[in-house]
Amino acid sequence: MNTMMVLATTKTIPDLLVFFVGAAMILVGAVGVIISRNPVHSALCLVLTLFGVAVLFIEQQADFLAVVQVIVYAGAIVVLFLFVIMFLGVDRTEELGEDRLRGQRPFAVALVLLIVASIVALGSEAKWSGGASSVVGPNQGPYQNVADLGKAIFTDYLFAFELTAGLVVIAVVGAVVLARRSADSNSDDADAQLLSAQGQPEGVDQ
Amino acid sequence: MSLMNLLASGDPLYANGVNWVVILIVVIKVLLSFGICLVSVMLMIWGERKIISDMQSRIGPNRAGPWGMMQTLADGIKLFFKEDLIPDKSSRFVFKLAPFLSLVPALVVFAIVPLGGVVTIGGYTTEIQVADPPMGILLALALSAIGVYGVMLAGWSSGSKYPLMSSVRASAQMISYEAAMGMSVLTVVLVTSSLSTRTMVDSQGGGPWHWNVIRLGVVPFIIFLMAAIAETNRPPFDVVEADSELVGGFHTEYSSIRFALFYLAEFLNTVTMSAIMVTLFFGGPSGWIPPIPHLQWLFPILWFVGKTVAFCYLFIWLRGALPRARYDKLMELGWRRLIPLSLGWMLLVAGFLVSPWWGLGMIVAIVIGGVILGRAFKLGSELELSDTAVLPPVAKRIVPPELVRDLSDRDEKDESGS
Repeated sequence: MNTMMVLATTKTIPDLLVFFVGAAMILVGAVGVIISRNPVHSALCLVLTLFGVAVLFIEQQADFLAVVQVIVYAGAIVVLFLFVIMFLGVDRTEELGEDRLRGQRPFAVALVLLIVASIVALGSEAKWSGGASSVVGPNQGPYQNVADLGKAIFTDYLFAFELTAGLVVIAVVGAVVLARRSADSNSDDADAQLLSAQGQPEGVDQ
Repeated sequence: MSLMNLLASGDPLYANGVNWVVILIVVIKVLLSFGICLVSVMLMIWGERKIISDMQSRIGPNRAGPWGMMQTLADGIKLFFKEDLIPDKSSRFVFKLAPFLSLVPALVVFAIVPLGGVVTIGGYTTEIQVADPPMGILLALALSAIGVYGVMLAGWSSGSKYPLMSSVRASAQMISYEAAMGMSVLTVVLVTSSLSTRTMVDSQGGGPWHWNVIRLGVVPFIIFLMAAIAETNRPPFDVVEADSELVGGFHTEYSSIRFALFYLAEFLNTVTMSAIMVTLFFGGPSGWIPPIPHLQWLFPILWFVGKTVAFCYLFIWLRGALPRARYDKLMELGWRRLIPLSLGWMLLVAGFLVSPWWGLGMIVAIVIGGVILGRAFKLGSELELSDTAVLPPVAKRIVPPELVRDLSDRDEKDESGS
């Protein structure tokens, strides 16, 4: 057990190389998300960032998390982002000249400073920078990833896990309720208006 | 150090550390795999054209090489020398990136497929597969998720209407079918209790009765097959490039070598998906080995190739036999049928793995869930069709369905009468 901890903290040249490549991917992607004018390019930069995080997960021997990161975030969530962007208008570039909220910019700067300060403060603690302390205990080998995680989730952290699941269900139900139109407001239906505006006769199929 | 640990996990090649010979062996394996990919695509395209033409009573390619086998090569050379057009309204960088996003995942997935048994060359023992990572089959799912970007971005970056519609379809379709596919893979992971493709193949050794297709009931395999067809955009689920609706789909604006890369990726995906299906459900390279000395290593490879070719033929056959599915029907099949079915079957397998009583309990739970779900579907379709519909219908039929049926029936009668 002790040797595993030591292994996790000693770095060889390939380890450092992988870390810097991953870190560079994350930073370039993150900056790209902010400075891209085109929302699709922003989403692509986000994919790059998520890939970088996956690379760092592999470097930390969390290969299961790395693959799940790619499947879930890059494979489903950002694809959904892109889907929505493509649906809602592709060439629509938002006017970024003025603040949407009053005092948005100073507030953002303050928030960034706060986050950087807390990261530095956390980084000064040895176990945060060394990565030796983890929830599921030291890694027992590459094949133990799933078993360790599963055991932790379904025993010690079951309550948090179920709460998250409940939150997701609530979000889905909420989305369905929002998407649903009430039955009695058919007359001022946006789609119906659109159809009649285009001269398309209603109810041809009935 | 951590990377070394990860390497040492699967292949016995890395057991005694990494030296130049080991690196050389890995490089050779990678190059061989790349070559196999390209040759298999060449043969796959030729085979598809030849078999489809046989099914349609045509001759097919018969000029270049024996039986027209070199036709693909000739086409590739021709495409290479064609003018490379980039549309004016396109997003240039993404337009150039998209073909590679399509091709590279297709090539990399092939690395985790076990092609044969274990061989020893000059004191170095190695598995006949490029990589055997501990997360194994999940890597295939992740890479097929990346492959979606190729199709999506190609359609978007073309700056043209039909390709854009195609890429919207692609993103919706692939997300939908990935869920069903993932859950049918999960049943295999449950019985293997490992994610490594090598372990999966080994656990299926000892005759066809140990293959996962039999062990798990045929349902997960059928779900995987349908999801694989949808993921690779093969007919009958090729609504992404439906040429009667969308001109050419996402690659309408592509020409020259970029188009060739998409073409390559599509057929490579077909071959790889066949190989993954063989690995997951049909025992991979396992099979009867005749007692011939010095050639023991060859027969697993032959078994693997034979099974994979059978699935490639199945893909071609489906294209020759079935008409294209309508887009909304395809989505309905994915969400209303395949996802609940795969989820239920996964629970069933998990239950019976714990104990028979749990299995029976799962059956009861699935029946109750199925009834509730069926009732919900019925209510939903009633709401969709009624006058007080809360959700607007996706598309309106201009001609009533009864009339269409009447008209088409009369045509058939007339033809048979005359």
